[in-house]
Amino acid sequence: MMIRVFGAMLFLVALPGLAKGPVHEFLLDNGLKVIVKEDNRAPIVVSQVWYKVGASYEPAGVTGVSHVLEHMMFKGTDDHPPGEFSRIIAANGGRENAFTGRDYTAYFQTLSRDRLEISFELEADRMRNLTLGQKEFAKEIEVVKEERRLRTEDKPTSLTYEQLSAVAYRNLPYANPVIGWMSDLENMTVEDLKHWYRLWYAPNNATLVVVGDVDPQEVLKLAKRHFGPLKSEKIPVQKPRVEPPQRGETRVTVRAPAKEPYVVFGYKTPVLAQAQTEWEPYALEMLSSILDGGSSARFTRSLVRGEEIAASAGASYSAFSRLPGMLLVDGSPAPGHDIGQLEQALRAQVELLKKELVSEQELERVRAQVIAGKTYELDSVFSQAMQIGTLETIGLDWRLIDEYVERIGQVTPEQVRQVARKYLKDDYLTVAVLDPLPLDNDKPLAAAGGHHGAH
Amino acid sequence: MVLTRGVAICLWSLLVAGLPAFQAAAGPEIQEWTTENGARVLFVEASDLPMVDVRVVFDAGSARDGDTPGLANMTNQLLTESAGEWNTDQIAERMEAVGAELGRGAGRDRAWVSLRTLTEPRAFETSVETMTVLLNSPRFKSNELERRRKLMLTAVRRGEQKPGTVASKAFYRALFGEHPYATPQGGTLESLPAISREQVVAFYKRHYVAKNALVVIVGALDRQGAEQLAKRLVSSLPMGEKVRELPKVKMLEQEKVIKRSFPSSQSHILMGQPGMHRGDPDYFVLYLGNHILGGSGLVSLLSEQVREQRGLSYSVYSYFSPMRRDGPFIAGAQTQNAKAREAMDVMRATLKRFIDEGPTEEELTAAKKNITGGFPLRIASNGKIVGYLAMIGFYGLPLDYLDTFTGRIEAITAEQIQDAFRRRLHPERFVTVVVGDGKAAQPEG
Repeated sequence: MMIRVFGAMLFLVALPGLAKGPVHEFLLDNGLKVIVKEDNRAPIVVSQVWYKVGASYEPAGVTGVSHVLEHMMFKGTDDHPPGEFSRIIAANGGRENAFTGRDYTAYFQTLSRDRLEISFELEADRMRNLTLGQKEFAKEIEVVKEERRLRTEDKPTSLTYEQLSAVAYRNLPYANPVIGWMSDLENMTVEDLKHWYRLWYAPNNATLVVVGDVDPQEVLKLAKRHFGPLKSEKIPVQKPRVEPPQRGETRVTVRAPAKEPYVVFGYKTPVLAQAQTEWEPYALEMLSSILDGGSSARFTRSLVRGEEIAASAGASYSAFSRLPGMLLVDGSPAPGHDIGQLEQALRAQVELLKKELVSEQELERVRAQVIAGKTYELDSVFSQAMQIGTLETIGLDWRLIDEYVERIGQVTPEQVRQVARKYLKDDYLTVAVLDPLPLDNDKPLAAAGGHHGAH
Repeated sequence: MVLTRGVAICLWSLLVAGLPAFQAAAGPEIQEWTTENGARVLFVEASDLPMVDVRVVFDAGSARDGDTPGLANMTNQLLTESAGEWNTDQIAERMEAVGAELGRGAGRDRAWVSLRTLTEPRAFETSVETMTVLLNSPRFKSNELERRRKLMLTAVRRGEQKPGTVASKAFYRALFGEHPYATPQGGTLESLPAISREQVVAFYKRHYVAKNALVVIVGALDRQGAEQLAKRLVSSLPMGEKVRELPKVKMLEQEKVIKRSFPSSQSHILMGQPGMHRGDPDYFVLYLGNHILGGSGLVSLLSEQVREQRGLSYSVYSYFSPMRRDGPFIAGAQTQNAKAREAMDVMRATLKRFIDEGPTEEELTAAKKNITGGFPLRIASNGKIVGYLAMIGFYGLPLDYLDTFTGRIEAITAEQIQDAFRRRLHPERFVTVVVGDGKAAQPEG
């Protein structure tokens, strides 16, 4: 359930998992990086184009522009009218989609292995030649607003998380939702998109990741044929954004129609890309798995079972983002307990990590899960590509994936306690509480409960 | 937060292409046998990765709840609690300490317990031993039942704050009426407090028996290893009896329109009727037809009309959900309250046109190419193959289901689709549900 609320944590579980396969890396003259991993288990291939741009690159007033542009990438070029991209992929038996995060925008197709060139041809075309017409934009911005209503406006837990981020970050752009604020969507113009496209969509700001039953040299040849002729661009240099030290707990209440109260809180934590002490992010990953890495982890064991104070309780942290984020904790109280009691219980679990060393048995359990996860992950070419693409796009080397098991394995009980004491301080904490308003419209009106008969 | 442009698409809209190279596309080699006590086993050997997936499926879904909605789910949930000599903590620890993943679930037809483990001997032994005890010796302790009851009640209340869930529950209730598919799988605020331990034990004893079980295994085992695994898991279960057949689903006799006021910015729209069952003679024709109508994500007719042309909805779709008996046909969308009527009108018009006119040759060819050409994607992982085996085995579909899949799709004509949609879908007798804050969700008059 954490995953659903915190999309940014998508890789928390998925990252530990790339076994040593033959991975080949190439750099085209125009700056496009091409990474190919052979996996011959099935006659398929996944191709992903990752751009180093996402919500955290967006200035005030145009939040959500990366994601809207992602939608518009399906709306045609000079050579391919709106919708044709999807129709061609479909006619070739492909599966396609795209996703936008805080640190990246990415596009993918999964195809039978002999159809890879179709994907390259279309992706190369829309990397530089997008139409961005007013008519298509006018419709698609409405689709995005509907998406925001669906994902955020009508979901009290999402609203709560959105508020948490908004008040937690004083300077980091992670304060803004990936989908953008509604008022920014309402005021967005096609000119904003053209500007954004020109700034970031170029071969030297992209990584092409291919995983599947392919010959790397052949892939390189195809990549050169289709992406090779594209012109590179001068990519803007981002000014460094640094979060000022937080000097005391921050709280926000979200009142929205709901039935179940909910609390989510976060402590500011470092990430691998900017860590001064390299082991700390790994220790934080370990810490988060000790709290919430399965049914035997502390939250479920002690709070859902044990004290029976939580209906659900989760923790998440990712060492893999471009800028420092938060270690997040969330939960809903079990019947008979209020949200304050649950918050206290969750925070008591955090305090315990500062006092007592975690047991060797707990570390061993996480290590075993990470090792097994590495094999399980190989069942999906898609997640293998996701891992490579994520690391490259946030400015890390994909080879780190192979080190993950070893680095997690080296974390000691003392290190877990050290990072708990250093980062999980009340002064670095932001808390958001969902205070349910009655769903007073939900009583069936008049005969509305079962309005049978004529229409 | 990661946003995707399309909507998470259900299993059936995995896209696929159909050139000659694919026509011979075959599924994996399925081996089949029955254990001594009568449990059916389906096995696919997959030795590339040192791991095994196993799923034990029972005819014990919420359709078997009887007068007690939530009973099937409660029973299933308690299967990962105390069992044999171990308490819940110990069971969780045994699995997770060797990196094994334990799963369970209950839908309307099926309930299951699943395991993914490495084949490395300590992991394999420990996890299989644990799963065997869970299946055969659950304790159903009273305090665990009480805790689960609270969690299930919380889940029901959480559903009440989601307009999509409110709409879906109302839809199933109206569509299935007195049929066991009508009640919510997670139970109700009225039914859950009344579930007793005796009921749970009786449900387990009746349904979790060998003759009511299917064992699915995919992974790095040979036939002998798979036979031993199946035997270990289920040989201690009593043979029992297959549960009796579910009643047939009645077609709706008249239109039903259900409107619920809800403080949301969007109205959630669902419309449909009883659709088809697994093994239905019209299955492939309806599946392919619906692929064109609303099952192929962004290139479907519904998506083209509602989303691409008018920007009315992020997610608009239609699907048949084939079950043991006729599962629902559903067309759905969400849109801002003020646009709900327009969206419904466009959906109805699109549906009507498709039923009246059928697909064009161009649409048919594109859909066939998509489905047949993407066949390799459907069976590209052990996880996906497990899903297919569970479906084939549970619903008694022929073992060559996957081998003949693309051929069956290729053979379908536009006339067959038009004929089947005309015979099977009756929009004038649809259930329509609207949940939201606008006029469209207000009762008339």
